[in-house]
Amino acid sequence: MADAPSGNADNNTTEAFLQGGSLRHAPGPYFGSYGGRWMPESLIAALDELEETFNKAKDDPEFRARIDDLNKNYSGRPSLLTEAKRFSQHAGGVRVFLKREDLNHTGSHKINNVLGQALLAKRMGKTRVIAETGAGQHGVASATAAALMGLECVVYMGAEDCRRQALNVARMELLGAKVIPVTSGSQTLKDAINEALRDWVANVENTHYLLGTAAGAHPFPAMVRYFHEVIGDEARAQILEQEGRLPDAVCACIGGGSNAIGIFHGFLDDPSVRIYGFEAGGDGVETGRHAATITLGKPGVLHGARSYLMQDDDGQTIESHSISAGLDYPGVGPEHSYLSDIGRVSYEPITDSEAMDAFRLLCRTEGIIPAIESSHALAGAIKVGQRLAAEDPASASEKIVIVNLSGRGDKDVATAAEWFDLLDKDSAESEIGKEGEQL
Amino acid sequence: MTSKSAAAIDKARAQGRAALIGYLPAGYPSVEETIAAGIALAENGADLIEIGIPYSDPVMDGQVIQAATTEALAKGFHVRQVFDVVAGITSKTDAAVLVMTYWNPVVRMGVDEFARRLADAGGAGLITPDLIPDEAAEWMAASDKYGLDRVFLVAPSSTTERMQRTVNASRGFVYAVSIMGVTGARSSVSSAAKDVVAAAHAAGAERVCVGLGVSNADQVREIAAYAEGVIVGTALVAAVRDGGVDAVAALTKDLSTGLAREAGPAKDGA
Repeated sequence: MADAPSGNADNNTTEAFLQGGSLRHAPGPYFGSYGGRWMPESLIAALDELEETFNKAKDDPEFRARIDDLNKNYSGRPSLLTEAKRFSQHAGGVRVFLKREDLNHTGSHKINNVLGQALLAKRMGKTRVIAETGAGQHGVASATAAALMGLECVVYMGAEDCRRQALNVARMELLGAKVIPVTSGSQTLKDAINEALRDWVANVENTHYLLGTAAGAHPFPAMVRYFHEVIGDEARAQILEQEGRLPDAVCACIGGGSNAIGIFHGFLDDPSVRIYGFEAGGDGVETGRHAATITLGKPGVLHGARSYLMQDDDGQTIESHSISAGLDYPGVGPEHSYLSDIGRVSYEPITDSEAMDAFRLLCRTEGIIPAIESSHALAGAIKVGQRLAAEDPASASEKIVIVNLSGRGDKDVATAAEWFDLLDKDSAESEIGKEGEQL
Repeated sequence: MTSKSAAAIDKARAQGRAALIGYLPAGYPSVEETIAAGIALAENGADLIEIGIPYSDPVMDGQVIQAATTEALAKGFHVRQVFDVVAGITSKTDAAVLVMTYWNPVVRMGVDEFARRLADAGGAGLITPDLIPDEAAEWMAASDKYGLDRVFLVAPSSTTERMQRTVNASRGFVYAVSIMGVTGARSSVSSAAKDVVAAAHAAGAERVCVGLGVSNADQVREIAAYAEGVIVGTALVAAVRDGGVDAVAALTKDLSTGLAREAGPAKDGA
C-alpha cells in the first residue's frame, strides 16, 4: 500500500507561486530565507572572485562551447532516457523512465559539475583544486577533471572512509591526486568539508575549492546547479521527443542535492509535473539514525549557507547515517529548503531497506546495477507510481515517472553482497563487505 | 552607547600600552576551570577575555583549539553554560568578557535570546568568525537592544570596500586576522598583519586588535607597536592543557611584558 504524500506539492500551490514568476535560474545568494554567505571574512574575496568569474563565463559563448564539447566528447552526453518496462510493473503499472547519469564518464552525474568548476579554476588562474569526498565519488570526479586540465588536486576524506574505500583512494591516486585522511571531529564527510575550508583559507591565492554539491556559500549552490541543469534540460527534451508530453512526476535522491536540483530545474516551471526528492531514511527516521535533513531537520547555518540542518538543541551538528555514503550528510542545499517550504517539491525519507529492495529490483528487472544513492530515488518512484495508480487506476498505464539514475552501482557491489548475504561466510570478500569496503 | 571592550582598550591605551586579549574555550577542561583560568588571565595582565563556545564544525580553528573544544563537547558542554563562565569571570574581575562563537549555536537559541542572556551575565559582546556584516541584520538589532559589542573580522584579503563596511558595522574593536589561515601558534607574525591594521585604521577604526598565530611576548611587542590590542588564543589553550590555571597565569604575565609601546607616546585618537 502506498504511503500518503507527506509534502504539499499540489498544483494549486505551485500555480499560485508561478503567477509571481519563474522558479528557474534562481541566481542566489538567497532562495527565500535560505542560502547566503555564512563564511569567514577571509574567504569572501575568493567567493566574490568566483561569482564574478562564473557570471562572466556563463555569458561567454566560448566557455559555453567548451562545456558543451566536454559534455559530448568527454563525458558522453547526452545521457540516455531509458524506459524501464519490467521495473514499471512494480510501480503501480505506470511508465518509469530512467535518466541514465550512470552512463557518464566516471559513472555518475558528478562529472558535470567538476568539469565546469575546473574550467572556472583555470579561468581564475588557479593551479590547484581541493575537494571533499565521502565515499570517494566526488573525489574521483575531481581528480579526473584535474588530470584532464593539468591542475594539482588534493582531496580531503574522513580517515574512516579512507580505510573503507581503499580502492577509491587508489583510484584518486592513480589519477594523480593526493588524498589526505581527516582525523578531526567525527572524521566524516562534514569534517572533510571543514578541513577543505581550512586549506582554502590558507591557500586561497592559488587554490579553488571544488565543492561537490549544490550547498555551501554563494555562489556554490547556484553555480553547481547551473552545471547540472543539463540533466533536466536533456530529460525534458527527451521525454517530449519520445512521448510527446511532459512526465507526471520526476524523482531524485537528495544528499546535498546536486543531482536532484539538476533534474528538477528542467521541470520547476511545469506545474503539471510533480517533483519528489527522496532523502536517506537510514534505519528509519524514528530511530534517529538517518540523513533525512529536510524531513526532520531545522533551519540553521553550516558550511556557508542557511538551510535545513540536522542539529541538536544547542545547534551542534548531528551525525547522519545512511547505507549510502553519497547521501550521508547532515545538511542540504539551500534551494531545496526553499522548494520544500513553498511546496513545489515534496521531500520524503526512504529507508536503507527500501532502497536496497529497489536496488535489487532494478538489477533483476532491467539488467542495470544502480548506485545505492540512486536506489533511494527508485524506491521513491515505486511509491509515487503506486499513488498515481491509486488515484486513477484506469489511466495508470499512461502515467509517466522519470527517475534520475544518478550513478552506477559497481562501487556498491560489496555492500550489496553483504546486505543480501550473497557471500560465503569465510570468503575474503565477506570480510571486506562487512567493513563496507568497495571492490 | 558605551562599549565595555572599548573602555578596556582605552584604559590600556591611557597606560601607554596595547591591550591584551586572551582566549579560552568554555568547558575545557571544565566550566569551573575555565572560570578559574579566566580570573587568572585578568589578574595577570589581560584586559579583555574571549570565551569560545565549543562547536561541532570549527572551520577557523587549528588543531590545538579543535582538540580542546572537541573534548569539551565530549564531556557534555552545553551552550547555555557559557553564560555561567561569563558571569563567573565578570563577577570577580574588571576584565571585559566577550564570547567568541560560530553562528549556528546563536541561531539555534535565538539571536535576541542569546544577546539578552549574554548581557544579563555581564558579557561585553560577541566575536563572530563566520558571521559577516552582510548577514548580520538580526545581530545588529539585538546588539543595539542590549548594548553589546559586535566584533567582526577583517582579513588580508578584505577589499577596501569590505574593510569599510566591516569597520562601520563593528563596535568595541575590529578583529584583524594576521594571516590567511586558521588559529594556531606560528613562529613569526605575518607581515600582512601590519597592513591589515593600517587599512582598518584608514577606514576609521579607532581600535584594531590582531589575532591568529600570536604566542609569545616578542610577537606581542611587535604587534603592540601598531595595534591597539593583541589577541592570544592557541598558546593559552596549550597552557591550560599542559599546566592548568597556574600555567595560564604564568604565560599571561609573560605575554603582558610585551604590551608597552617602546617608541614615543601613545597614539592619540588612533
